[in-house]
Amino acid sequence: MNSIKFLYAAYAATWTIHLLYIGSLVRRYRRLKQELSELKQK
Amino acid sequence: MKRLFPILAMLTALMLVYALYQALVVAPTERTMGDVQRIFYYHVPSAWTAFLLFFVNLVASVGYLVKRNPKVDALALVSAEVGVVFCTVVLVTGPIWARPVWGIWWTWDVRLTSTLVLWLIYVSYLLLRRFSDSAQAPVLAAVLAVFGALDIPLVYFSIWFFRTQHPQPVIGGGGSIDPRMWRVLLINWMAFLCFALLMGWSRYRLESMRREVEEAQALESLLGDDRGPSAEIRNPKVAPNRSGQ
Repeated sequence: MNSIKFLYAAYAATWTIHLLYIGSLVRRYRRLKQELSELKQK
Repeated sequence: MKRLFPILAMLTALMLVYALYQALVVAPTERTMGDVQRIFYYHVPSAWTAFLLFFVNLVASVGYLVKRNPKVDALALVSAEVGVVFCTVVLVTGPIWARPVWGIWWTWDVRLTSTLVLWLIYVSYLLLRRFSDSAQAPVLAAVLAVFGALDIPLVYFSIWFFRTQHPQPVIGGGGSIDPRMWRVLLINWMAFLCFALLMGWSRYRLESMRREVEEAQALESLLGDDRGPSAEIRNPKVAPNRSGQ
């Protein structure tokens, strides 16, 4: 049983999920910051 | 608080690296499953963290139904969202472990199915929060969260109540575990808890900011209305000079 590739796949999937979520947080933060600066300009 | 965040982020990153080293190098290799058993050090702490976050969501939802405090509502939303992230990790790493050990990716047994249902309940909760414009959405979501939380004990205790293919739980399940494995498991759980706290904190700040922006936009549109035609009727001084004089 070549189980090592499954181990790496599981760990890589875990970090991919977490990084995607962190990426979504960063994206939402940037969008809000832009909206806030637009509101301040008005 | 702002100074504490980078310190916590640095500590969490160090803990995660240390936990990864413990899981891949220090933990003993399981005799029958081999290296694939090390998935356990990510799968189980992620499940425990998800359960804890869903429990926080339950407490915050009940708190919101009682007090109607928007900060408690924000905590409920944040805990559900981060909980779904950890529950997704559980649902992805489980089948990756099952394929070499059981020979199949998935089976519709009670533990696996109830975990999938739990994930679907909290995804529904997030969709309700995301797409409902109703002022009642936080209340409806809180009620959904209270009923959804009933699935948490079902997931955990399903192994005792039903015949299932899933291994026995580490705590109170009658199975034995090497003390070195226990240590590595707890290190990984601590690291994931800090990581969850960090993500929850970031998400809470983001949610507070979103609510501030929404309030500012509402205020801005109100002020905009005050400068509009209806405002001219109420207060002729704000009427624009259409004649150009």
